[in-house]
Amino acid sequence: MFDFLKGPILSIQTFFLLSGRAMVNIFRSPHYADDISLQMDIIGVGSLPLILLTGLFTGAVITLQMSRALNTYGASGQVGNIVAITLVRELGPVLTALLVAGRNASGIASEIGSMKVTEQIDAMRALGTDPVQKLVTPRLLAMATMLPVLTIISDFMGLVGGYVVGSVLLNLTTPTQFWSSAYQALEYRDIAQGLIKPFVFALVIALVGCHAGMNTTGGTQGVGRATTQAVVVSSVWVIVLTFFISKFFVDF
Amino acid sequence: MSERNGTETLLRLDHVTVRFGETVALDDVSLSLRRGETCVIQGAAGSGKTTLMKTALGLIKPDEGHVYLFGVDTLTARETELNELRSHMGILFQEGGLFDSMTIEENVGYPLVNMKSLKCPPGEVLARVQQALDFVELGHTLEKVPSELSGGMRRRVGIARAVVTRPSLLLYDSPTAGLDPITANTIMALIAKERDTRGTATALATHRYQDGFLLANYRYNAHTERLEDAGGKNLHTMFIVLGEGRIVFEGTQQELETSPDPYVSKFAKPLKE
Ligand SMILES: Nc1ncnc2c1ncn2[C@@H]1O[C@H](COP(=O)(O)OP(=O)(O)OP(=O)(O)O)[C@@H](O)[C@H]1O
Ligand SMILES: [Mg+2]
Repeated sequence: MFDFLKGPILSIQTFFLLSGRAMVNIFRSPHYADDISLQMDIIGVGSLPLILLTGLFTGAVITLQMSRALNTYGASGQVGNIVAITLVRELGPVLTALLVAGRNASGIASEIGSMKVTEQIDAMRALGTDPVQKLVTPRLLAMATMLPVLTIISDFMGLVGGYVVGSVLLNLTTPTQFWSSAYQALEYRDIAQGLIKPFVFALVIALVGCHAGMNTTGGTQGVGRATTQAVVVSSVWVIVLTFFISKFFVDF
Repeated sequence: MSERNGTETLLRLDHVTVRFGETVALDDVSLSLRRGETCVIQGAAGSGKTTLMKTALGLIKPDEGHVYLFGVDTLTARETELNELRSHMGILFQEGGLFDSMTIEENVGYPLVNMKSLKCPPGEVLARVQQALDFVELGHTLEKVPSELSGGMRRRVGIARAVVTRPSLLLYDSPTAGLDPITANTIMALIAKERDTRGTATALATHRYQDGFLLANYRYNAHTERLEDAGGKNLHTMFIVLGEGRIVFEGTQQELETSPDPYVSKFAKPLKE
């Protein structure tokens, strides 16, 4: 009767199994340092131009949209304040995570997926290497360190964008006022929230991507399916989880 | 593990059943392979040949039954112990399984470097890799990557990687699939050469009648460096035909050729095209 639930439940089960093994492996040798640094380069350095550009324009567009509303209340001096809070608490982490999910969850899933269908994963195990240790753990570690860094960069670029629109283009505030109100707006809990989110998202993106790749079946078509699935599932989780993390911070 | 004794069983499957959800990929399969023996596994597409190979390696855990490698039950063995057992086996995967991010040299050297139990000194790796690649006549491709080679060459690199550890048991999963007849014969000649120069127990999955026929009737002569008719001498070759996961035939070449079963007899003569 509940047969239709079998598939999803099975895949949730394998997901948590893989996650558990990937995390346990962090504390076990061998450590593939080369793979970790390669993945950091792909995820961190590779996503940088994208993050710089989108961060800048996100800040700019928030400022643009807010300027009218703030003017109505004669509170245009508060623009730095608003940009800082929306970016650091919410938009920075979420947009960065969504972009990285689109770029890297797909990359991870298709790379591991094509290794799966060409039996490279089987070959690895047959030749004495744990594929979780060699493939999943390095991607997990690289993502968990690079996504928070990318988020901080994105937040900063957003503030720069806000500054350009708010102080230079629209003359809503003086530069000093913009930066000091932005600085004063942020509390420790905002920073905490702004760093916990990308860390959690990183785990989700890396593990969902790896899980989709490791469970690819059905040849090259299967790789395509796995890639799409990785992006969709990780993006949805990012949006859902940001709600719960925000809820936690609002409540406490 | 006991050292070379003539009739030692290297691989034994004992009533093995493997399921993937609703599909029964292997259904109550039992077989054993001893030192010096060759086992030819034939069957239609999807009959379970690949699953059988991977189960034999301990890559797939059977849902029922047991797999014994060199006398050790793979179901209860720990991963480190399994790796030690696998270091005495070589496998050629159907899809190749070559690491496409590595050079041919790194690919062939991979088992030597990564299998701790082989204790291969780092200084010796290159010489062994060169030797294995020379064996498959690809000694000049060390610096290339797999995507630069043709399909037949990649199979040969796969064979080099399988034999580089000097295993006592070799598994070949559909080594001739998707190759033209001439290249396929080259590959089969290499398999026979490895078997007859080192006496490796060989399990071969194939859908080509000729492959099994060649292993059963030809022998590599190290002096003339070519295959020659073994003159009907018993080369200890056993034939198995799989149908939908079940063993539907098990016996000698003669028995295969005289089988009345219409499905089985399809694998006993060259397919007329
Ligand atoms: N990972 C898997 N998940 C689900 N089903 C699988 C999986 N691997 C194999 N199967 C199924 O098990 C059966 C046996 O497959 P297997 O690959 O062993 O066949 P085969 O004899 O090697 O076929 P071919 O000649 O095409 O290589 C098929 O029905 C296949 O669909
Ligand atoms: Mg197969």
